[in-house]
Amino acid sequence: MMKTKFGIVVFPGSNCDHDAYYSVKKVLGYDAEFLWHKERDLKNSKVIILPGGFSYGDYLRTGSIARFSPIMDEVIRFAKNGGIVIGICNGFQILLEAGLLPGVMIQNKSLKFVCKDVTLKIENRNSIFTNTIEKDLLNVPVAHGDGNYFADEETLSSLRENEQIVFRYSSQDGVISDEFNPNGSALNIAGIMNKENTILGMMPHPERCCDPILGKTDGSLIFKSVVNNILNQ
Amino acid sequence: MFKATVIVKRRKSILDPQGKAVEQGAKMLGFNNVSETRIGKYIEFFVNTDDKSEAENEVKEYSEKLLSNPIMEDFEFTIEKV
Repeated sequence: MMKTKFGIVVFPGSNCDHDAYYSVKKVLGYDAEFLWHKERDLKNSKVIILPGGFSYGDYLRTGSIARFSPIMDEVIRFAKNGGIVIGICNGFQILLEAGLLPGVMIQNKSLKFVCKDVTLKIENRNSIFTNTIEKDLLNVPVAHGDGNYFADEETLSSLRENEQIVFRYSSQDGVISDEFNPNGSALNIAGIMNKENTILGMMPHPERCCDPILGKTDGSLIFKSVVNNILNQ
Repeated sequence: MFKATVIVKRRKSILDPQGKAVEQGAKMLGFNNVSETRIGKYIEFFVNTDDKSEAENEVKEYSEKLLSNPIMEDFEFTIEKV
Protein backbone atom coordinates (compact mmCIF):
# COMPACT_ATOMS: atom_id res chain seq x y z
CA MET A 1 0.00 0.00 0.00
CA MET A 2 1.22 3.51 -0.83
CA LYS A 3 2.24 5.52 2.20
CA THR A 4 0.42 8.80 2.79
CA LYS A 5 2.71 11.58 1.67
CA PHE A 6 3.14 14.86 3.50
CA GLY A 7 4.52 17.87 1.63
CA ILE A 8 6.20 20.34 3.96
CA VAL A 9 6.58 23.83 2.53
CA VAL A 10 9.84 25.61 3.30
CA PHE A 11 9.67 29.41 3.27
CA PRO A 12 12.67 31.62 3.95
CA GLY A 13 12.47 31.86 7.74
CA SER A 14 10.58 28.62 8.37
CA ASN A 15 12.10 26.95 11.42
CA CYS A 16 9.73 24.09 12.27
CA ASP A 17 9.97 22.49 8.83
CA HIS A 18 12.52 19.93 10.00
CA ASP A 19 10.56 19.17 13.17
CA ALA A 20 7.50 18.44 11.03
CA TYR A 21 9.53 16.31 8.62
CA TYR A 22 11.16 14.38 11.45
CA SER A 23 7.87 13.77 13.23
CA VAL A 24 5.81 12.57 10.27
CA LYS A 25 8.60 10.63 8.56
CA LYS A 26 11.00 9.35 11.20
CA VAL A 27 8.66 9.04 14.17
CA LEU A 28 5.35 8.16 12.52
CA GLY A 29 6.71 6.45 9.41
CA TYR A 30 4.76 8.32 6.73
CA ASP A 31 6.28 9.57 3.52
CA ALA A 32 7.37 13.21 3.54
CA GLU A 33 9.12 15.67 1.27
CA PHE A 34 10.14 19.30 1.57
CA LEU A 35 8.62 21.73 -0.93
CA TRP A 36 10.70 24.86 -1.54
CA HIS A 37 8.50 27.96 -1.65
CA LYS A 38 9.74 28.96 -5.12
CA GLU A 39 8.61 25.67 -6.63
CA ARG A 40 5.16 25.12 -8.04
CA ASP A 41 5.00 21.35 -7.72
CA LEU A 42 3.32 19.73 -4.72
CA LYS A 43 4.92 16.40 -5.70
CA ASN A 44 1.77 14.33 -5.23
CA SER A 45 1.48 15.17 -1.55
CA LYS A 46 -1.76 14.11 0.11
CA VAL A 47 -1.34 16.50 3.01
CA ILE A 48 0.39 19.87 2.89
CA ILE A 49 1.97 21.26 6.06
CA LEU A 50 2.71 24.97 6.31
CA PRO A 51 5.20 24.88 9.18
CA GLY A 52 5.99 27.29 11.96
CA GLY A 53 8.70 29.90 11.93
CA PHE A 54 9.10 33.51 10.90
CA SER A 55 8.63 33.47 7.15
CA TYR A 56 10.08 36.63 5.59
CA GLY A 57 11.04 37.77 9.07
CA ASP A 58 7.36 38.34 9.95
CA TYR A 59 7.82 41.74 8.26
CA LEU A 60 4.73 43.84 7.60
CA ARG A 61 2.35 41.27 9.15
CA THR A 62 2.95 37.62 10.02
CA GLY A 63 2.46 35.48 6.93
CA SER A 64 1.63 38.43 4.69
CA ILE A 65 4.54 38.02 2.28
CA ALA A 66 4.82 34.22 2.37
CA ARG A 67 1.22 34.10 1.24
CA PHE A 68 2.40 35.38 -2.17
CA SER A 69 5.24 32.85 -2.60
CA PRO A 70 4.93 30.92 -5.88
CA ILE A 71 4.07 27.63 -4.18
CA MET A 72 1.11 29.24 -2.43
CA ASP A 73 -0.74 29.50 -5.78
CA GLU A 74 -0.61 25.71 -5.92
CA VAL A 75 -1.39 25.24 -2.23
CA ILE A 76 -4.45 27.49 -2.57
CA ARG A 77 -5.61 25.60 -5.67
CA PHE A 78 -5.01 22.25 -3.90
CA ALA A 79 -6.92 23.49 -0.83
CA LYS A 80 -9.82 24.79 -2.89
CA ASN A 81 -10.11 21.41 -4.59
CA GLY A 82 -10.51 19.68 -1.25
CA GLY A 83 -6.83 18.95 -0.52
CA ILE A 84 -5.84 18.62 3.14
CA VAL A 85 -3.72 21.47 4.51
CA ILE A 86 -2.41 21.90 8.04
CA GLY A 87 -0.98 25.29 9.02
CA ILE A 88 0.94 25.31 12.27
CA CYS A 89 1.76 28.58 14.05
CA ASN A 90 3.28 30.75 11.29
CA GLY A 91 1.56 28.34 8.89
CA PHE A 92 -1.78 29.22 10.51
CA GLN A 93 -0.96 32.92 10.08
CA ILE A 94 -0.23 32.28 6.39
CA LEU A 95 -3.56 30.47 5.96
CA LEU A 96 -5.33 33.51 7.44
CA GLU A 97 -3.48 35.95 5.19
CA ALA A 98 -4.26 33.73 2.18
CA GLY A 99 -7.94 33.84 3.09
CA LEU A 100 -8.16 30.04 3.36
CA LEU A 101 -9.36 30.47 6.94
CA PRO A 102 -11.18 33.52 8.37
CA GLY A 103 -9.77 36.05 10.84
CA VAL A 104 -6.35 37.51 11.65
CA MET A 105 -3.61 37.18 14.27
CA ILE A 106 -2.55 40.17 16.31
CA GLN A 107 0.13 40.47 18.99
CA ASN A 108 -0.33 38.52 22.19
CA LYS A 109 -2.27 40.57 24.69
CA SER A 110 0.69 40.45 27.09
CA LEU A 111 3.03 41.67 24.30
CA LYS A 112 5.31 38.82 25.37
CA PHE A 113 6.49 35.87 23.35
CA VAL A 114 4.85 32.89 25.02
CA CYS A 115 6.60 29.52 24.98
CA LYS A 116 5.09 26.81 27.17
CA ASP A 117 2.98 23.67 27.25
CA VAL A 118 -0.76 24.32 27.10
CA THR A 119 -3.83 22.16 27.38
CA LEU A 120 -6.12 22.06 24.36
CA LYS A 121 -9.74 21.06 24.63
CA ILE A 122 -10.92 19.28 21.50
CA GLU A 123 -14.01 21.27 20.60
CA ASN A 124 -14.89 19.44 17.42
CA ARG A 125 -14.48 15.70 17.67
CA ASN A 126 -15.83 14.99 14.19
CA SER A 127 -13.12 16.73 12.20
CA ILE A 128 -10.70 14.61 10.20
CA PHE A 129 -7.99 16.06 12.44
CA THR A 130 -9.53 14.74 15.65
CA ASN A 131 -12.10 12.01 14.98
CA THR A 132 -9.82 9.11 15.86
CA ILE A 133 -8.56 10.74 19.08
CA GLU A 134 -10.07 9.21 22.19
CA LYS A 135 -8.98 11.88 24.67
CA ASP A 136 -10.82 15.15 25.29
CA LEU A 137 -7.71 17.13 26.13
CA LEU A 138 -4.30 17.35 24.48
CA ASN A 139 -1.06 18.63 25.89
CA VAL A 140 0.85 20.56 23.22
CA PRO A 141 3.40 23.39 23.37
CA VAL A 142 2.87 26.91 22.04
CA ALA A 143 5.65 29.29 21.00
CA HIS A 144 4.56 32.56 19.46
CA GLY A 145 4.42 36.33 19.78
CA ASP A 146 1.45 36.92 17.49
CA GLY A 147 -1.10 34.29 18.41
CA ASN A 148 -3.99 36.46 19.49
CA TYR A 149 -6.77 35.30 17.19
CA PHE A 150 -9.19 38.03 16.17
CA ALA A 151 -12.32 37.98 14.04
CA ASP A 152 -15.49 40.09 14.09
CA GLU A 153 -18.56 38.89 15.98
CA GLU A 154 -20.25 37.69 12.82
CA THR A 155 -17.27 35.51 11.86
CA LEU A 156 -16.97 34.14 15.39
CA SER A 157 -20.60 33.12 15.51
CA SER A 158 -20.36 31.51 12.10
CA LEU A 159 -17.27 29.58 13.26
CA ARG A 160 -19.32 28.37 16.19
CA GLU A 161 -22.42 27.52 14.21
CA ASN A 162 -20.47 25.56 11.63
CA GLU A 163 -18.40 23.78 14.29
CA GLN A 164 -15.19 25.12 12.80
CA ILE A 165 -13.50 25.66 16.16
CA VAL A 166 -11.33 22.57 16.58
CA PHE A 167 -9.17 23.40 19.62
CA ARG A 168 -9.55 25.85 22.52
CA TYR A 169 -7.10 26.70 25.27
CA SER A 170 -8.28 25.26 28.58
CA SER A 171 -7.16 24.25 32.06
CA GLN A 172 -5.84 20.74 32.63
CA ASP A 173 -9.41 19.80 33.57
CA GLY A 174 -10.94 21.26 30.45
CA VAL A 175 -12.18 24.51 31.98
CA ILE A 176 -12.17 27.34 29.45
CA SER A 177 -11.52 30.80 30.86
CA ASP A 178 -9.28 33.85 30.43
CA GLU A 179 -6.88 32.43 32.98
CA PHE A 180 -5.93 29.64 30.57
CA ASN A 181 -5.76 31.83 27.49
CA PRO A 182 -2.05 32.32 26.71
CA ASN A 183 -2.43 35.11 24.17
CA GLY A 184 -5.84 36.79 24.40
CA SER A 185 -7.43 34.87 21.51
CA ALA A 186 -11.14 35.38 20.97
CA LEU A 187 -13.14 32.50 22.50
CA ASN A 188 -9.81 30.93 23.61
CA ILE A 189 -9.37 29.76 20.03
CA ALA A 190 -6.24 27.69 19.46
CA GLY A 191 -7.22 26.06 16.17
CA ILE A 192 -9.94 26.36 13.53
CA MET A 193 -10.81 24.63 10.29
CA ASN A 194 -12.76 25.44 7.14
CA LYS A 195 -16.40 24.39 6.75
CA GLU A 196 -15.41 21.55 4.44
CA ASN A 197 -13.30 19.88 7.14
CA THR A 198 -10.08 19.84 5.08
CA ILE A 199 -7.98 22.84 6.20
CA LEU A 200 -6.73 23.17 9.78
CA GLY A 201 -4.89 26.13 11.28
CA MET A 202 -3.52 25.90 14.82
CA MET A 203 -1.10 27.97 16.88
CA PRO A 204 0.19 25.12 19.11
CA HIS A 205 2.90 22.82 17.72
CA PRO A 206 1.83 19.16 17.39
CA GLU A 207 5.06 18.36 15.49
CA ARG A 208 7.04 19.20 18.64
CA CYS A 209 5.39 16.45 20.67
CA CYS A 210 5.38 13.27 18.60
CA ASP A 211 8.60 11.52 19.57
CA PRO A 212 8.24 9.67 22.93
CA ILE A 213 11.84 10.56 23.76
CA LEU A 214 10.65 14.16 24.19
CA GLY A 215 8.23 13.13 26.90
CA LYS A 216 4.93 13.99 25.19
CA THR A 217 3.25 12.48 22.17
CA ASP A 218 -0.19 14.08 21.93
CA GLY A 219 0.76 15.89 18.73
CA SER A 220 1.10 12.58 16.90
CA LEU A 221 -2.61 11.90 17.46
CA ILE A 222 -3.53 14.74 15.11
CA PHE A 223 -1.32 13.47 12.25
CA LYS A 224 -2.51 9.89 12.81
CA SER A 225 -6.12 11.03 12.70
CA VAL A 226 -5.61 12.71 9.33
CA VAL A 227 -3.86 9.66 7.88
CA ASN A 228 -6.55 7.29 9.18
CA ASN A 229 -9.18 9.43 7.51
CA ILE A 230 -7.29 9.36 4.21
CA LEU A 231 -6.88 5.58 4.38
CA ASN A 232 -10.57 5.06 5.15
CA GLN A 233 -11.77 7.20 2.26
CA MET B 1 7.39 59.75 -11.19
CA PHE B 2 5.40 60.00 -8.01
CA LYS B 3 6.30 59.58 -4.40
CA ALA B 4 3.66 57.75 -2.41
CA THR B 5 3.17 57.66 1.34
CA VAL B 6 0.81 55.15 2.86
CA ILE B 7 -0.38 55.13 6.46
CA VAL B 8 -1.79 51.87 7.74
CA LYS B 9 -3.84 52.12 10.92
CA ARG B 10 -5.33 49.43 13.04
CA ARG B 11 -9.11 49.68 12.92
CA LYS B 12 -10.74 51.39 15.88
CA SER B 13 -12.68 48.31 16.92
CA ILE B 14 -9.52 46.23 17.30
CA LEU B 15 -7.36 46.01 20.37
CA ASP B 16 -3.88 47.49 19.92
CA PRO B 17 -1.71 45.91 22.64
CA GLN B 18 1.34 47.89 21.53
CA GLY B 19 -0.51 51.22 21.72
CA LYS B 20 -1.78 50.30 25.17
CA ALA B 21 1.68 49.45 26.44
CA VAL B 22 3.13 52.68 25.08
CA GLU B 23 0.34 54.64 26.72
CA GLN B 24 1.25 53.06 30.05
CA GLY B 25 4.70 54.52 29.49
CA ALA B 26 3.15 57.90 28.78
CA LYS B 27 1.30 57.77 32.10
CA MET B 28 4.49 56.84 33.93
CA LEU B 29 6.16 59.92 32.43
CA GLY B 30 3.28 62.03 33.64
CA PHE B 31 1.56 62.73 30.31
CA ASN B 32 -1.83 62.54 31.92
CA ASN B 33 -3.71 64.15 29.04
CA VAL B 34 -2.69 61.45 26.57
CA SER B 35 -5.34 58.93 25.63
CA GLU B 36 -6.10 56.31 22.98
CA THR B 37 -2.54 55.84 21.76
CA ARG B 38 -2.58 53.65 18.68
CA ILE B 39 0.37 52.50 16.61
CA GLY B 40 0.26 52.16 12.85
CA LYS B 41 2.70 51.95 9.97
CA TYR B 42 4.14 54.59 7.69
CA ILE B 43 5.31 53.32 4.31
CA GLU B 44 6.85 55.34 1.47
CA PHE B 45 7.92 54.41 -2.04
CA PHE B 46 8.19 55.72 -5.60
CA VAL B 47 5.80 54.87 -8.42
CA ASN B 48 7.46 54.95 -11.80
CA THR B 49 4.86 56.56 -14.04
CA ASP B 50 3.81 60.09 -14.98
CA ASP B 51 0.14 59.18 -15.18
CA LYS B 52 -1.47 60.30 -11.92
CA SER B 53 -4.51 58.05 -12.02
CA GLU B 54 -2.37 55.03 -12.92
CA ALA B 55 -0.12 55.84 -9.96
CA GLU B 56 -3.11 56.19 -7.63
CA ASN B 57 -4.58 52.91 -8.78
CA GLU B 58 -1.32 51.11 -8.26
CA VAL B 59 -0.83 52.54 -4.77
CA LYS B 60 -4.38 51.62 -3.85
CA GLU B 61 -4.06 48.07 -5.11
CA TYR B 62 -0.66 47.60 -3.43
CA SER B 63 -2.14 48.89 -0.17
CA GLU B 64 -5.19 46.65 -0.39
CA LYS B 65 -3.39 43.48 -1.45
CA LEU B 66 -0.25 43.56 0.63
CA LEU B 67 0.40 46.61 2.80
CA SER B 68 -2.78 46.28 4.84
CA ASN B 69 -5.14 43.52 5.92
CA PRO B 70 -8.72 44.81 5.65
CA ILE B 71 -9.86 42.57 8.50
CA MET B 72 -7.90 44.62 11.01
CA GLU B 73 -6.52 47.67 9.24
CA ASP B 74 -7.51 50.77 7.26
CA PHE B 75 -5.12 52.73 5.07
CA GLU B 76 -4.84 56.19 3.59
CA PHE B 77 -2.31 57.49 1.10
CA THR B 78 -1.05 60.58 -0.66
CA ILE B 79 1.01 60.88 -3.82
CA GLU B 80 3.17 63.75 -4.91
CA LYS B 81 4.92 64.35 -8.24
CA VAL B 82 8.71 64.30 -8.00
